[in-house]
Amino acid sequence: MNLTLKIWRQNGPKDKGRMETYPISDVSPDMSFLEMLDVLNESLVAKREEPVAFDHDCREGICGTCSLHINGEAHGPDRAITTCQLHMRKFKEGETIYIEPWRAKAFPVIKDLIVDREAFERIQQAGGFVSVNTSGNTQDANNLPIPKVDADLAFDAAACIGCGACVATCKNASAMLFVSAKVSQFALLPQGKVEAKERVLNMVHQMDLEGFGSCTNTGACEVECPKEISLDNIARLNREYLCATLSSE
Amino acid sequence: MSVIRITSIAKKFIMALSGLFLIVFLLVHLGVNLLLLSNDHDLFNEASHFMASNPLIQIMQYVLALGFLVHILSGVALTVQNYLARPNRYAKNRPSENASLESRTMIVSGGLVLLFLLLHMRNFFYYIKFGTGPEGGDYVLVTDLFDIWYYTAIYVVSFVILGFHLNHGFQSSFQSLGANNKFWEGIWKKAGTIYSVIIAGGFSVIALYLFFN
Ligand code: SF4
Ligand code: FES
Repeated sequence: MNLTLKIWRQNGPKDKGRMETYPISDVSPDMSFLEMLDVLNESLVAKREEPVAFDHDCREGICGTCSLHINGEAHGPDRAITTCQLHMRKFKEGETIYIEPWRAKAFPVIKDLIVDREAFERIQQAGGFVSVNTSGNTQDANNLPIPKVDADLAFDAAACIGCGACVATCKNASAMLFVSAKVSQFALLPQGKVEAKERVLNMVHQMDLEGFGSCTNTGACEVECPKEISLDNIARLNREYLCATLSSE
Repeated sequence: MSVIRITSIAKKFIMALSGLFLIVFLLVHLGVNLLLLSNDHDLFNEASHFMASNPLIQIMQYVLALGFLVHILSGVALTVQNYLARPNRYAKNRPSENASLESRTMIVSGGLVLLFLLLHMRNFFYYIKFGTGPEGGDYVLVTDLFDIWYYTAIYVVSFVILGFHLNHGFQSSFQSLGANNKFWEGIWKKAGTIYSVIIAGGFSVIALYLFFN
C-alpha cells in the first residue's frame, strides 16, 4: 500500500508544533499501525532525520500506553481496540492518514505524539485504591460473598487500561469515563464500600483540579473506549457522588 | 463543604434539575395553548388571564425565570469551560462517528431557542402580563400574530430546534442524576423522543392551524 501520512511534530512541551507530511510506500495490509510507524521511523533514521516519537509498550492491547488520534478518531477507525491492535487493512490504498496526539489541557504534549497522562495517576492516588491491612492476618478475599452480577460489573469496570481515549475523543476533554470506571470497580464490591464516600469525592475533586472538562453525556467515550467501558459507570459515579455529597459531614 | 464547591458533577446536577423543571413547564404551557384550538375563544382568554393574575402562578413565574436563568447561565459557563479544556483542536476530527448531532450542539440549539424566547417574551408575555393587548383579548393577540406567515415560520422552526434540544436533554438529565443504566437508557431515550415530538409537534400544529384558519 502507498499512503500519505500527516503527522503532528512537536519538539517539546514549549514548541508550537505543526502537521508534517510523509509519503510512505510498500506498507503491508497485515502490518499493525505501530509497525507501519516503525517502518517510517527506520526510513527517517536512515535519512538522518528525527524519528517520530510515539508511546507504546505491550503492543497487545493490555497496557494502555499507545495513544494515537488517527483520522479524527481515538485509536483509529476500528472499534474496541487500542492503536497497537489496529491493522493497516482498515485503510485504503492511497489514503491520507492524519496522526495526532491526544489533545486536552490536562494531557500536555511531551514530544510529537507522546502526551503526559500523569493527571490520571494523580486521580488514582486521590482515591483509586482499597486500603488493606497487611499485618499478616489478612482475610482471604474469597470469604466475602459477592453476587455474581456485581462481580461481573466490577470486573468490566476494572478492564479500563487508563489509555485516555475517552478524554481524547470527548468534545469537552472530560475524564468521566475513566474516573467512573475506577470508582465503579470498587463501589460495587464490599471491600471498596468502606472508603466509597471519600474515594468518589476525592477523585472527582482531583479530576476537576487537573483541568478536564465536564461531561455532557454525548456518549463518544463509550464508543471509542478500547475496553468498551459502559456509560452506566458514569451514571453510577454520579449516583455515588450525589449520595456521598449529601451524607458527608 | 463539598456541597458549596461547585464541581463538574454538581454542574451536571444543576443542568439536569433546571432542565427537568423546564420540561414540566413546557407541558403546562402546551396544555394552555391547546385551548386555542377551541371554538370558544373566551376559554383561552380566561386561561391566559388566570396565568397572568393567579397569585400562586405569580410566584411560580419567578421560580420559572430563575429556572431559565440557571439553565442558561450554567449552560454557557459549562460550554466555555469545556472549550478551554482543549486549547489545541484536532487538525482532523470526526465527532459524527461517535456522538449524535443533538448532543454535540446543545449550546447552538439552546442559543437559538433563547433568541426565540426573547422574541416570544416581547410578542406575547409582555402584553398578556401587563394587559395592554388588543381588543378581543389575548386570543386575538395570538391569532393576529399567526396571520403573519414569517412569524408562523419562525415559530415552527424554533420549536423543531427545541425538539432537537429536548431529544438529547431529556434522557441526558436522567443520566446526569445517576438514574440510568442499560435497562433504563432505552426507556429514557424513547420517552425523550416521544416527549420532544409532542412538544415540537404540539406547538407547531397549533401555530399552523391558526395560520391556515
Ligand atoms: S475508560 Fe476506556 S478509553 Fe477511558 S481510559 Fe479507560 S480504557 Fe481508555
Ligand atoms: S501498546 Fe499496550 S495497549 Fe497498545
